[in-house]
Amino acid sequence: MALDIIISGLISGSVYALLAIGFSLIFGVARIVNIAHTAFYMVAGYCIYFATHEMGFHPLWGMVAAVILVTLLGMVAYKFLINPIREHEGAVLIATIALAMALQEIMTLIFTGTYLSVPSLIKGYFLILDVKVFYQQLLTFFAALIALGVLWALLMKTRLGLAIRSTAQDREVANLMGINEARVAMITMGISVGLASFTGAIVVPLTILDPLMWMHPLIMMMAVVVLGGLGSLKGSFIGAYILGFAEAIVVFAIPAGAFLKGSVALSIMILVLIIRPEGLFGVTFEEER
Amino acid sequence: MDLIRFYVRKLFTVLKNEVIVLPSRVVVVVFFLFLLLLPVFTNNQYTLRIFTLTCIFAILAASWDLLSGFTGQINFGHALFFGVGAYAAAMSNLHVHLPPWASIPLGGLVAVLAGLIIGIPCLRLRGTYLALTTLAFPIILMGFVFAFPDLTGGELGISGIERIARSRVTNYYIVAGLMFGLCTIMWKITDSNTGIIFHAIREDELAVRASGVNTTRYKLLAFCLSGFFAGIAGGLYAHFMRIAGPSTLEVSMSFLVVIWAVFGGVATIYGPVGAVFILFPLLEFLRFWQEYRTLMFACVLIVILLYMPDGLFPWLRDKIETECPRCKIRNIATRTVCRVCSASLE
Repeated sequence: MALDIIISGLISGSVYALLAIGFSLIFGVARIVNIAHTAFYMVAGYCIYFATHEMGFHPLWGMVAAVILVTLLGMVAYKFLINPIREHEGAVLIATIALAMALQEIMTLIFTGTYLSVPSLIKGYFLILDVKVFYQQLLTFFAALIALGVLWALLMKTRLGLAIRSTAQDREVANLMGINEARVAMITMGISVGLASFTGAIVVPLTILDPLMWMHPLIMMMAVVVLGGLGSLKGSFIGAYILGFAEAIVVFAIPAGAFLKGSVALSIMILVLIIRPEGLFGVTFEEER
Repeated sequence: MDLIRFYVRKLFTVLKNEVIVLPSRVVVVVFFLFLLLLPVFTNNQYTLRIFTLTCIFAILAASWDLLSGFTGQINFGHALFFGVGAYAAAMSNLHVHLPPWASIPLGGLVAVLAGLIIGIPCLRLRGTYLALTTLAFPIILMGFVFAFPDLTGGELGISGIERIARSRVTNYYIVAGLMFGLCTIMWKITDSNTGIIFHAIREDELAVRASGVNTTRYKLLAFCLSGFFAGIAGGLYAHFMRIAGPSTLEVSMSFLVVIWAVFGGVATIYGPVGAVFILFPLLEFLRFWQEYRTLMFACVLIVILLYMPDGLFPWLRDKIETECPRCKIRNIATRTVCRVCSASLE
C-alpha cells in the first residue's frame, strides 16, 4: 500500500505541478485567471485519441501533434477572445469559463460522452514488493520532471525568461524598459497552454478520457497555486506534491476515501492559508496600481 | 373615498413624471407587469416551472452581486451558500417537519453561519487568493455529502420534501413575490450607508481603513448578507424541486452564478436579475437543439462579452440614457436638455 501511495502521489503531484506552473505563469504575466487551462489539457487528450484510433498514427506522433495543435488553439483563443477584453477582469473570467464549456461541448459532440482510453507508449510493467509499476507511469513521472527542468532553464537562463519574469513583476516598468509586453503575454500564453497540453499528452494513457475530466484537475491546480503562493515556481512544485500525496494517502488509506480525496486536499490548503495567507512560498506583492 | 382618489392621482403623477420619462424605469414596470400577468396568459405548467426556477436563480445571482460585485471579494464558491440553504431546508423539513415558511428562512440562517465560517479564515486573503480559495469550500462539503450517504442521501440527495404550496400558480406567485421583495431589499442595502462602504472597499480598501472603518467587519457582513439571500434561494429551490441533491454544490453551479452576474453587469443588482431572466429561459429554449445547447450558450456568452465587456445591462442603459453633467439626474438619450435643471446634455 505504501508503494501504491508513493507512485500515485508522485504522478498526480507532477501532473498538478505542470498544470499549476502553466496557470500561474499566465496569471503572473497577463493577470488572466485562465479557467480553460485544464480544458486544453482535456483537448490534448482527445487529440491523441483521434490520432491513434481514427488516423492510426503511433502514439508518439499523436502526442507531438496534440501539443502543437492545442498550443496553436490556445494562442488563437487568446488573440481573438481574451486579448480584446483583457482590461476587464470579470469579463476575462467569464470568457475563459465559456471557452472551457465550449471546448467540453465540442469534444462531447465529436467523441460523445463515453469513456475512452488511449494506448500507452511503452507497454508492460515490473514488480516491486508485489506492486505493479507500469513503465508508462515511470515515463509520465520522468517526462514531467524533464518538462519542469526545461521550463526552469527557460525562465531562469534565457532572455525570454527574463522578459517573462520582469513582466510578471511589474507590467508597466517592463514595458518602459523596452519589453514588448503584448508579445510576451502572447508567448507566455503559448508556453502555458503548451505545458497544459503536454501534461494531457503524458498523463492520458494512465487515465480515462471523458469530456468532464477537466473539472477535478482544475480545482486541484487552483488549490496548488494558492497553497504554493501565486507566482512562485518553487511553491507550485512543492504544493503540487503535498496535495498529490494527500490525495493518494486518503484514497488508499481511508475507506470511502475516493469521495473525500478532494475535501481533504482542499482542507489542507485552507489550513495552510489560515497560517500563511500568502501561501507557502508566496511573496506579498505590493497592491496593484 | 377622498383618500383613495388622492392615492390614485398620486400614482398617476408619479407614473407620468418619474416613470415614463426614463426608459429603464418603464422597463422595470413592464417587467413587473409581465411577471404578474404571466399565469393569466399561459397555463402551461412547463413555462411556469421555468419562470419559477428563473426567479429562484435571480435571487441567487443578485446575492452574488451583493458580495462580489459591491465589495469586490470575488466568491467562486457561491454554490456553498445555495447548497447549504437547500440541504438545511430539506433536512429540517424532512426530519423536524418544519413547514416551508419556517424551513426556508432557517436555510438562510444556516447559510449565514456558513458565510461566517468561511468568511473568518478567508478575509485574511485578498483578490485572486480569495477567489481561488472560496472555490474549495463547496467541493469540501460535497466530499462529505458523498462520504456520509446515510445522513445526506449521498448521490441521490434528500427527496420527499413538502411543496411550498399546492398549485403551480401559487408556487409561482410566492417565488416571484419573494424574488421582487428580496431583490428590492438587496438594492436598498446597496443604496444605504453600508452599501456605500461596500462600494468603497472595492475601490480602495486601504483608504477605507484609513478613514476609520473596520473593513473586515463590513466584509464579513457582506458575506453573511449574501449568504442569507443565497440560502433562501437554496431553500426555495429545495422546496420547489422537492429534492436537495449534490448538484446544488457543484462547481458548475458556482460558475453559473458568476456567469449570470458578470453577463448582466456587476455592482448593479438589476444586472444579474435581468441576466438570469435572459440566460436561463434561453438555455431552456435551446432545448430542441439538445446536443448544441451548452455550446450555443457558451458562444452567446463569448460574443456578447467581446462587445460589452462591462455586462449587458450597463451597456444598454448607457445607450438609452445620459446623465446630466450638472445635477447628475438621468435623462432619456433623445433629450437635448436636462429634464430637471435644463442644462445642455451635449
